[in-house]
Amino acid sequence: MVKLQSRIPEGPLAEKWSNYKSNQNLVNPANKRKLDVIVIGTGLAGAAEAASMAEMGFKVKSFCYQDSSRRAHSIGAQGGINAAKNYQNDGDSIYRLFFDTVKGGDYRSREANVYRLAEVSNEIIDQCVAQGVPFAREYGGTLDNRSFGGALVSRTFYARGQTGQQLLLGAYQALSRQVKKGNVEMYPRMEMYNLVMVDGKARGIIARDVITGKLERFSAHAVVLASGGYGNVYFLSTMAMGANVSAIWQCYKKGALFGNPGFVQIHPTCIPVHGEYQSKLNLMSESLRNDGRIWVPKKREDAVRLQTGEIGGVDIPEEDRDYYLERRYPAFGNLVPRDVASRAAKERCDAGYGVNSTGLAVFLDFKDSINRLGKDVIEAKYGNLFQMYEKITDTNPYKVPMMIYPAIHYTMGGIWVDYELHTTIPGLFATGESNFSDHGANRLGASALMQGLADGYFVLPYTIQNYLADEINTPRFKTDIPEFETAEKEVKEQLDKLMEVKGIMSVDTLHKKLGKIMWEHVGMGRNKEGLQKAIEEIEKLKEEFWFNVNIPGEVNDLNPELQKASRMADFLELGALMAKDALHREESCGGHFREEFQTGEGEALRNDKDFTYVAAWEYKGDDKEPVLHKEPLKFEYIEVKQRDYK
Amino acid sequence: MKLKLKIWRQKDPHSRGKFVNYRLNDISADSSFLEMLDVLNEELISKGEEPVVYDHDCREGICGACGLYINGRPHGPDSLITVCQLHMRKFKNGDTIVIEPWRARAFPVIRDLMVDRDAFDKLIQEGGYVSVNTGSAPDANSIPVKKVYADLSMDAAACIGCGACVAACKNASAMLFVGAKVSHLTLLPQGKVESNERVRDMVAKMDELGFGNCTNTGACEAECPKGIKLTNIARLNREYYRATF
Amino acid sequence: MSGIIISSLGKKLLMSLAGIFLITFLLLHMGINLLVIIFEDPMVYNKAAHFMSSNILIKIFEIILFGGLLLHVIFALILQIQNWLARPKRYNKANYSNTSFFSKFMIHTAVITLTFLVIHFLDFYIKAKFGHAAEIIVDGVAYHDLASEIMDKFKMLPFVIFYIAAFIFLGFHLIHGFQSAFKTLGLDNKKYTPVIQVLAIIYSTVVVAGYSIIPLIIYFL
Repeated sequence: MVKLQSRIPEGPLAEKWSNYKSNQNLVNPANKRKLDVIVIGTGLAGAAEAASMAEMGFKVKSFCYQDSSRRAHSIGAQGGINAAKNYQNDGDSIYRLFFDTVKGGDYRSREANVYRLAEVSNEIIDQCVAQGVPFAREYGGTLDNRSFGGALVSRTFYARGQTGQQLLLGAYQALSRQVKKGNVEMYPRMEMYNLVMVDGKARGIIARDVITGKLERFSAHAVVLASGGYGNVYFLSTMAMGANVSAIWQCYKKGALFGNPGFVQIHPTCIPVHGEYQSKLNLMSESLRNDGRIWVPKKREDAVRLQTGEIGGVDIPEEDRDYYLERRYPAFGNLVPRDVASRAAKERCDAGYGVNSTGLAVFLDFKDSINRLGKDVIEAKYGNLFQMYEKITDTNPYKVPMMIYPAIHYTMGGIWVDYELHTTIPGLFATGESNFSDHGANRLGASALMQGLADGYFVLPYTIQNYLADEINTPRFKTDIPEFETAEKEVKEQLDKLMEVKGIMSVDTLHKKLGKIMWEHVGMGRNKEGLQKAIEEIEKLKEEFWFNVNIPGEVNDLNPELQKASRMADFLELGALMAKDALHREESCGGHFREEFQTGEGEALRNDKDFTYVAAWEYKGDDKEPVLHKEPLKFEYIEVKQRDYK
Repeated sequence: MKLKLKIWRQKDPHSRGKFVNYRLNDISADSSFLEMLDVLNEELISKGEEPVVYDHDCREGICGACGLYINGRPHGPDSLITVCQLHMRKFKNGDTIVIEPWRARAFPVIRDLMVDRDAFDKLIQEGGYVSVNTGSAPDANSIPVKKVYADLSMDAAACIGCGACVAACKNASAMLFVGAKVSHLTLLPQGKVESNERVRDMVAKMDELGFGNCTNTGACEAECPKGIKLTNIARLNREYYRATF
Repeated sequence: MSGIIISSLGKKLLMSLAGIFLITFLLLHMGINLLVIIFEDPMVYNKAAHFMSSNILIKIFEIILFGGLLLHVIFALILQIQNWLARPKRYNKANYSNTSFFSKFMIHTAVITLTFLVIHFLDFYIKAKFGHAAEIIVDGVAYHDLASEIMDKFKMLPFVIFYIAAFIFLGFHLIHGFQSAFKTLGLDNKKYTPVIQVLAIIYSTVVVAGYSIIPLIIYFL
C-alpha cells in the first residue's frame, strides 16, 4: 500500500528550504564519482541538473530523443522567466511571487514547494547571466523586465521572444562543458522505453536507439525524469511533435503515482487552427498581452460578416468592439491568468462572436499601442513574433489585428513527487514539467522556465544526495541481471505486438481521433457526461488502435512510425486516466473547468472542503481501475479565497 | 494545388541513394511544407511503402531540427524561416519541388533527408560556454552590460544550430555557426574572460571536423533562418588573430 | 603562433594579406604600363622598366612579390581542395542562394588569371629580364627596347583579345577578392563595409580599364 508523504521540512515557511539543506545528507567528493545518475531529457530541468550534478562530481548519463540535446522543447518558450528580484522597485518580493503563484494555481499546490521556487528564482537569474544568457537590458546596463499575466509587478526577465531558447542554450552549454570533461555521457536519439527496478529501487532504464532500433540497457544509482509534459495527447498543441508521455508513463506503470493528470493549461494566444492537415499549433507569446488588446465585435451581425469574410477587423468601428477582458476584469484587464483568458475567449466564441471562418478566433489588436508608442517600439519588442505570425498566416499584424484562439500548452499534472522531488519509487525522481509540479491547477506565464531551472540547478542536485548518501556502498553493476532481462523483454514484446497489428490506419489518423475526443471532452470546458463519454470513446479507440494501426518498416531499424505508435499506445492509456481524474474532481479550479461548477458570472467555482488535495493515481494493471490517493493540501500562510482578478 | 516532388531517398549512410519522384494532387496553399510531407507520408504508409524520413520537432522555427534543401535553397524559397515555417503558398500549382538533404562531409546522411549534425555539438563542447559552476554566480546586476553589446550578443545567440549555413555555403564551411557562438559569448563580460581559449579550440575543432573554409560569399547569411550576420565571421577572425598573436 | 599555417584561419589571413599586397602592386604595374601610351617618347617607358629591373630595393621587393603570389596561389589551392572535400556529394539542384555572384567563381577566375600570368612570364618578363629584346643605347647605358616589343605585340588582334579577356576575368576576381580580404582580416562593419564594396568595384573597374586601354590604343591608333 502506497503512502503519500510529502516530506515537507519543519520550521517557518521562509526557513524550510535552508533548514532542509542544513540537515540533509550529503555525499562526499570521493564517493560522488562512484555514483551514476541517469537523466531523461535535456530541457531546462534535464540539462541543468545533468550539468550541475556533473559539476559536483557525479557521473551522469544524459538521454534525449532529439538529435541534439540543444533541441529539447524548452527552447520553444518565448516570453520570459519570473524572478522576485524587485529590480523595478515595484514592490515585488519572494512572498509576493509565492503568493501570486499559489493564487494563480487556484490553491491546488503545495505551499512549501512554491515558496522554495520563489526563493531560488533569484539565483536562477544570477546563474543564467553568469553563463552568458543575453537577457534584455536597459541603456544603463542593468536587466530589463516586463509584466506577465496574473501579476501586478514587472518581474519577467526576457531575451527578446526567445527566452526559452537562450536559457536552454545556457544549460546546454553548461552540459556540453561537462561532456567535454567526461563527467556526462551524452546519448542523443535515444528514447527511454522502460524503467528497471532492482529490489524495489529504480536502477536503470531500457532505451531504444532511434537510428538502429536496438534496445540498450543502462544502469545507475538513481534515475531522474525530466521528460517534459504530455500535451500531445491532444494531437494539436504547442508542444514539439516528438514530445510524449512514454518515459513517465512507464514509471507510472512501475508504481510511481501520477499526480493531477487532468490539470492541463490552455494558452489563450495561439494562432487558430486552419485545416484538416494541421500538425501543430503555434503560440504567440503571452507578452503580447502587455500591449495588445483582445476583442470581439459587440454585434452578432458584425461577427457573422467577419466569419463569411465580408469585412475585416479594421472595418469595425471602435464603439462596436467588445474588449471583453477589460470589461470583465478591469484590474488585470488583458493580463488575467491564462485559464481565465482562455475561457473568456471560448465563452465569446461559443456565443457566436468568433471572428474567422471557423468562428473560433478572437482579435488581438495592436492598433492602440502602435499609435501610442510607434511602430518601431512595437517592432523592437515583438518583431520576431510579428514576423512569425506573418509567415504563418500571410497577414500583416502591424496593419490588421492578429487572430488568436486558445490551445493546449502545458500540463500541470505529472508524476507525483514529494518535497525532495522523489517519486513513490525509491531512486526515481521527477523534475520540471514531468512532475505534478508547483503550479497547482494553473501555471502563470513565465513560471515554467523558472520551475524547470529551479528543479534543475538548485533543488534536485541537493535533494538527490539525501537519497544517494545511502547508496555509496552500492557498487556499479552490470546490466546482465534478470531484472534488466525482463524489462527489455517487456519492451520487445510491446514493440513486436505493435508491428504485428498490420492494420490499415496510420498512427497520425488515430492520434487525431484521440485528440478530438480529448479536446472536446477533456479540454477547456468539461462536464460529467462528456468525461464519461470520453472514457468510453477512448476505450473504443484503443481497441481500434490495437486492431488497425499500420506501421511500415522493421522493428530493429530507424522507424519513425513505430516511435509514434509506441508513444500513441501510452497516450491512449493516459487519455483515459486524465478523463477519470477530471471526472472525479467535482469542482472547477484553474485550467480544470467543470461546467457544472461555476459562479453566476461564469467563473470557476472551487470546492475547497472536498477537493483541497492532490489527486495521485496508482496503476493497478491494464484491465484494472487505477486507485486514487489523496495528499491533502494545507494552507498555513495564505488565505484560501475565490480568485479575483477584477 | 498539384505538385511533383523529387525527393532524395537513401537507406543508410553507406548506400548510394537516388531521387524518387512523387505526385501530390490536393495540397492546401495554407498548409506548411512539413504538413505537405505529412500528407505524402500518409499516402506512402497507406500503400505499404516506407515514409520519407526527415528531422523535425518543434514546428515553430526554433528547435533547429528541420532542415531540407529545397529547389537549391536551404529551408526553401523564403527568407528568415525554417522549413517548418515555410508555407505552400510560396509555390505554384504544378511546381516541381526538388528536396535534398544537407550535403557536407561533416553532416553525413543517416537516411533520406535526415543528417547527423553531431559535429555542431562537438564544436560547442570545445569551449562554446562560460566556465561557471552552478551556485557560484554574483548578483545578475553586479556587472552592467552596455545595451548595444547585449543586443549584438543576442543577435548572434539567436542561432538555432540547424546547419543551413553549412548547407548553403559552397564550401560547406561552419564559420557562421562558430562565429555566432564566439560573438555571442565574447561580446559579454561574462564570456570575455576565456575568449582566447574558446576561439582557438573551436577553430581547431572546426578544421578537424572537415568543414570547408570561408570565402565570404555570404550564402550563409542569406539563408540563415535567424538572420545572423556575416559580421560575426569577421569578429571570429579578429578574435582568432587576437588569441593567436 | 605556430598554428598559423596549420589552421584554416591562419592560411586565410596570409592569403588575404598577400592578396592586398598584390592589389597594390597591380596599381603600380599599371602606372608603369601607362607610360607607354602617355608619353610619345618610348624611352620614358624603357627607362622606367630599366629602373625596375636594376634597382636593388626593387629586386628585394620583387622577391617579396613572388613570395606573396606563390603564397596566395598555394594556400588558395590547399583551401580550395579542402573546400571540395568538405562536400563530397554535390547538390543536384545548384545553389540559388542570394549571394554575390563573383564570389562563386573565385577559383575559376583565378585559374584564368594564373594562366595569363604564366604566359606573361614566359613571353615578356623573362625577355625583359634576361635580355632577348633589342637594345637601345642612350648616354652609354643599354636599355631593352620593351616599348617597341609592346607596340609589336599589341598590333596582333588575337593577342589583344586574349590580353583584355584575361584582365576582365582578373577584374571579376578582384571585385570579390578586394572586399573579401578585408573581411578575412576581421574588418567588417556596418559603416565601412559598404564603402569597401564600392571601392572594390571602382578599383576593379580602374584596373581592368587601365590595363585594357593600352592594347586598345595601340591597336587602333
